Amino acid sequence: MAMVINEEQQMLKESAQGFLAEYAPLAEVRRQRDAGSEKGYADNLWTQMVDMGWAAILVPEAYGGLAFGHVGMGQIVEQSGRTLSASPLFATAILGVTAINHCASEGQKTELLGAIAAGQITTALAVDENIHHAPTQISTTATASGQGYLLNGNKRFVVDGSTADRLIVAARTAGDAGDSEGVSLFIVDPAIAGVEVQRTEMVDCRNYATISFNNVVVPESALLGEEGSGFAALSATLDVGNAFLAAELLGIAQETFDTTLRYLKERKQFGVLIGSFQALQHRAAHWWSEIELCKSVVLKALQALDKGDTKSPLLVSIAKAKLCEVSELATNEAIQMHGGIGMTDEYDIGFFIKRARPAAMLFGGYSYHGDRFALLSGY
Amino acid sequence: MSDLQTFRQETRLWLEENCPPSMRFPVTDSDDACWGGRNWTFKSEEQKQWLESMAARGWTAPDWPAEYGGGGLNKAESKILKEEMARINARSPLDSFGIWMIGPALLKFGSEALKQQHLPPIIRGEIRWCQGYSEPGAGSDLAGLQARGEDRGDHFIANGQKVWTSYADKCDWMFCLLRTDVEAKKQMGISLVLFDMTTPGVTPKPIKLISGSSPFCETFLDNVRVEKDQVVGEINQGWTIAKYLLTHEREMIGGFGLTDAGSETLGQLAANSLGVADGRIANSILRGDILKWEIDGAAFAMTAERVTDEVKSGHGVGATSAMLKYAGTELNKRRYELMMKIDGSDAMIWDGANSNGGWTPRTWLRTKGNSIEGGTSEVQLNIIAKNILGLG
Repeated sequence: MAMVINEEQQMLKESAQGFLAEYAPLAEVRRQRDAGSEKGYADNLWTQMVDMGWAAILVPEAYGGLAFGHVGMGQIVEQSGRTLSASPLFATAILGVTAINHCASEGQKTELLGAIAAGQITTALAVDENIHHAPTQISTTATASGQGYLLNGNKRFVVDGSTADRLIVAARTAGDAGDSEGVSLFIVDPAIAGVEVQRTEMVDCRNYATISFNNVVVPESALLGEEGSGFAALSATLDVGNAFLAAELLGIAQETFDTTLRYLKERKQFGVLIGSFQALQHRAAHWWSEIELCKSVVLKALQALDKGDTKSPLLVSIAKAKLCEVSELATNEAIQMHGGIGMTDEYDIGFFIKRARPAAMLFGGYSYHGDRFALLSGY
Repeated sequence: MSDLQTFRQETRLWLEENCPPSMRFPVTDSDDACWGGRNWTFKSEEQKQWLESMAARGWTAPDWPAEYGGGGLNKAESKILKEEMARINARSPLDSFGIWMIGPALLKFGSEALKQQHLPPIIRGEIRWCQGYSEPGAGSDLAGLQARGEDRGDHFIANGQKVWTSYADKCDWMFCLLRTDVEAKKQMGISLVLFDMTTPGVTPKPIKLISGSSPFCETFLDNVRVEKDQVVGEINQGWTIAKYLLTHEREMIGGFGLTDAGSETLGQLAANSLGVADGRIANSILRGDILKWEIDGAAFAMTAERVTDEVKSGHGVGATSAMLKYAGTELNKRRYELMMKIDGSDAMIWDGANSNGGWTPRTWLRTKGNSIEGGTSEVQLNIIAKNILGLG
């Protein structure tokens, strides 16, 4: 597959650029934060995105979707990194769709994917239980009981956990923390008895939650796929999630770069533009070169997912690791090159660093993906 | 069957028949490669046979026009030839600055007479070329070169000193930058000229590098006669061609960041040398550095691929050769620093079996030059800042 995007993907990129700039710009993120919004985005934003077909991009055609692929969706997500637009796109149209599509029964797919594509439900994926991503360490339990299961445990940093209509919960039906066998996925209505959702306020002002399950009774029909073999679907979902987090971080790295480059051409000190100083030129050139590398790793990972390449996990870990590194470089350099003004809340740069770090940490940062890449490479 | 399929089939058959067994292994170092030229001694009969049969088809320069002895292949056919050679691990029949550098410049800027004279022997590997660019006082600031070419009607008399002329002591001809107008602004008075290294007054003297080898020379020009019909392009307009060649050179050196297909990764080397515990290289700190390199190396390889695809599909400018040169050479230096750490004290042995005849430390030292030759990393960053980012 040639490493270029096709015309349709280019069109989607441009339409996303236009849409997000108009309806979900950074100014809106700021407005939501200042208003103390719990969701972090405008009420009708998701409806508009659904109308554009974005909820259906990863949904197969058989379930009412567009099957437009990961490279296509990546164009939107990259743009959303430039505007920092929050929306249910990630938790619902990416994580929810992928998890359900990977393991649910035909009946569940028809119902749930159809509902997502039509904008009727949003989802949240409940995986992590501790401060570091470790999907094999799941200790939340699902014990067979009567006609269904009893869920017990705590989930943390659940994206959109306090607003979603359905939770996709990874729980153990067998085995111990550390085993990949014995993990099952359940679809749970957060309104049922025993589910307690508490919003966590984080640096990016997005919507995360700690969710505790206290003897929650779910029916057998809540199980997605086969009991005990949910880890493969979970892994695949996390790979897709990480590829898109990398795409978002690429948008962040590019936007902070473009903004800083403009500043270097405006700001004068010692009677000259600061962009004329070689100390800054070389750092800007290095930063730009790193972004070029990032464009390649993100595109490669998204293409691998579209092809169903068996090397997808490896390529996703390369992409996520590299973007963790470069988004850190980008946001740090952006503040430093802006000088004092970069430290002010009034200026937008701060929003980027405050989104970049949680996006990098979510589902594993550099150390997690570097380690995974090496293990997958045999060392 | 399409024409391309037929071409592939015929190429495959021909290579099977004509590529000798010993030429189906990667070249281990530059001494193992075939450089050709008047002074060349073939390492084996098969090396000679491989060069001659490839040259006879023009496949030492597959995409050059057939009228000069080139292969006359179009892009798709050249790619197929490359793939079919790679399929059987066939090595390049000829490593040549003629093919990589002066040949393309002649094709683009040279007169018909110059093409007729120089391209066929380059393709046949009969004439080996060296590059006379840098001078003791003109390194990064190449346009500041001082070697003079004094106008004597139908010829120039050249005087000066060139440095970093690769393999000048083994080469037959030099392409050389001379200042032919001392009054003009620095870039405007330079000409690109060609002369035979046996011309009286040309004296190459090898430079010993920190790595112990001498791939470069300093070359003294003492009243050397250069015919005016050996000027490439217009007199005093050589800087344009020099820049074109530098871009070419950057692309070539930038490729150093790519690990040869089939060669062991740093991770595998380290796993063998340091041992593995719980699936991980036993030294966790070194493992962290190694995996970071491997991730960056993969990102670089993907970028080289993406840039090629973008150029092919006519999309934007993409990353330039300056970026690839900068990133590729810095990566290569890091790679060899890590190899030294993986091999531990063995890596410090200058000669002997444990360091593969000193290959590791010598190659490591040689890589230090990668980010200097063909324009330093700092010059590449200047080019990016000025030409791409528009920072004045």
